[in-house]
Amino acid sequence: MTPLRPTILLNTALVVVFTYLWGLLHAESQLAVGALLLAVPAVLWALRRAGVAEPLAAAARVSPRLLGTGCVLGTLALVAALYDEHFALLLLSSVLLYTVVGLGLNLQFGYAGIVNFAGAAFFGIGSYTAATLATHTALPHLLVLLTGGVVAAVLGSMLIWPVLRTRGHYAALVTIAFGILFRNFLEVNDTLGGPQGLRIPGMTVFGWKLNDHIEIGDTEISFYVNYALLSLALCVAAFVFVRRVERSWLGLSMDMIRTDEVAAATFGVSIARGKVLAFTMGNFLAGLAGAVYGMMTSYVAPNNFTFGDSLILVSIVILGGIGNPWGLLPAAAIVLILPEKFQFIQEYRFLLYAVLVILILLFRPEGLLPRTVRQYFPGRRKGEAP
Amino acid sequence: MSAVLLQASGLTMRFGGVTALDALDLVVHEHEILGLLGPNGSGKTTFFNVITGIYAASAGTVQFAGHDLTRSSPQDVYRAGITRTFQRSRLSLPLTVFDNVAIGRTQQFHQGLIFNLLQRKALKLQFDETVGQVHTLLKTFSAGMAEKMWQPAGTLSMIDRRRVEVCRALVSNPRLVLLDEPSAGMTHDETRELMDDILMVRERLSPFTVVIIEHEMGVIQRITQRCVVLNYGKKIAEGSFDEITRHPEVQVAYLGQDAEVPL
Repeated sequence: MTPLRPTILLNTALVVVFTYLWGLLHAESQLAVGALLLAVPAVLWALRRAGVAEPLAAAARVSPRLLGTGCVLGTLALVAALYDEHFALLLLSSVLLYTVVGLGLNLQFGYAGIVNFAGAAFFGIGSYTAATLATHTALPHLLVLLTGGVVAAVLGSMLIWPVLRTRGHYAALVTIAFGILFRNFLEVNDTLGGPQGLRIPGMTVFGWKLNDHIEIGDTEISFYVNYALLSLALCVAAFVFVRRVERSWLGLSMDMIRTDEVAAATFGVSIARGKVLAFTMGNFLAGLAGAVYGMMTSYVAPNNFTFGDSLILVSIVILGGIGNPWGLLPAAAIVLILPEKFQFIQEYRFLLYAVLVILILLFRPEGLLPRTVRQYFPGRRKGEAP
Repeated sequence: MSAVLLQASGLTMRFGGVTALDALDLVVHEHEILGLLGPNGSGKTTFFNVITGIYAASAGTVQFAGHDLTRSSPQDVYRAGITRTFQRSRLSLPLTVFDNVAIGRTQQFHQGLIFNLLQRKALKLQFDETVGQVHTLLKTFSAGMAEKMWQPAGTLSMIDRRRVEVCRALVSNPRLVLLDEPSAGMTHDETRELMDDILMVRERLSPFTVVIIEHEMGVIQRITQRCVVLNYGKKIAEGSFDEITRHPEVQVAYLGQDAEVPL
């Protein structure tokens, strides 16, 4: 095969996927959404019949950089195409921010093996930190975002001791307890707005107000474009960060800790250090995403950070493929966009998640995009993985 | 006789009411291959687990090459130069053969955040060096192993998995290797092959000291210079293979009264 063909194949696939996403975000009638949804299994089936699925996967493996650049450009094109559609842009930004949280959970769950059922709580800590700091201090807003992540990581360290002392299900219970405590604390705490929550001022970066609509000539561009771009930047940075952790000795240590703690310790791996690193870095990412999300929606309340929301986050990681950062994007898109587009299932969204998780565990137990073996420096040697 | 490498004195391990090791005195000399024998439940694996810090001894001391390793963490024991294999394979099956062996070199890896995340060029140098070492070791073991370096360990056959475990124990050039029943789950011929590999690697690399737990007497007879027999956590016999098989207490422990140990 000439070296050009996989590239063309990959590019075509990217164009198709992003056009489809545009269609889905743009579509309003239930009929159109339904038709778009039914098209997916049909196209997947056709691809498999045509024998394109395998070369496509191979192309993505061989040129990861092209895939990354393609996704960034695709998202940019999507933002441009949806420039005046508030809701679609909000949805797109949410997908990107949830992916950031998913990347954090992936560090904890996918690599170090710590199941965190308090993801929404750490996301919420970021939002509340942003609300408090942006209202009461003159701290530059980019630093506010950063502080959101740091506060989430620091509060998360309260859990480190019990998480290190327990394993598996018991560690999961500790995080569930924390999530519930967090929400109850917010509901009774009047300084943080109680059940009504807090308003958050919009973000200002170097005098540029992100919550103002942009006008170019006669066309008005939704202010959500600002947040979509910010979310995209954050998502790319988090993605690169998590990838680098995986493709280093840290990732190797974390994988060993997850798969066999006794063997890891016997070969000198510090169990505590690996877990603390993964847990702290994961919570930092969740808090960071939460801070951006809060500033985008200008509002934060305890109801947004329930145990159910934490479950949604975990189901994104499982659906995407535990340990594979790429899987998070389609998973977050499915979990967030589908219920919004199908208004009538809104009431049943938890039912939908439950069914989704069961179906995944039955038919694709390793997720949509299962994790492949670690490549420390991919693409440098041909044929094999190193 | 060469210098003492490992000395366990009065080593005792109790689990509730069960005494798995009972005031055990055991000496391992530098460069020797010592066989550790005894019926099931006699405390052999417990001895390994206490030495490697997985269990904390209830009483007694462990001296290793001048260090006191009593109640040390597994990590400290590893850094002192002791590695091991496990009775039931403890490989990380989803990870590659390379990953599984490379973890044996943890000590040499920079674990710093900045190094791992930002200094990718320096990391690459360390990575390439490790790839070279792992590749050489796998190749020394058997030519076919090196080709499987980037496969998940779960795709390998039983004997290859054992080889990977032994490579993981050897890649850090340890002073003492503890082999816990390497023949478990393998056929006679496979065991012979694995033992030949281990002896050959030992000849080529360095004459590292070995303590081996094994139920196949043929293996013990062939490769050990000295044996220690445990029963109920106590040492009941010590000496060359021929000496211990003639030892009356050993015969009783293995087969009951009036029997001989089969060869």
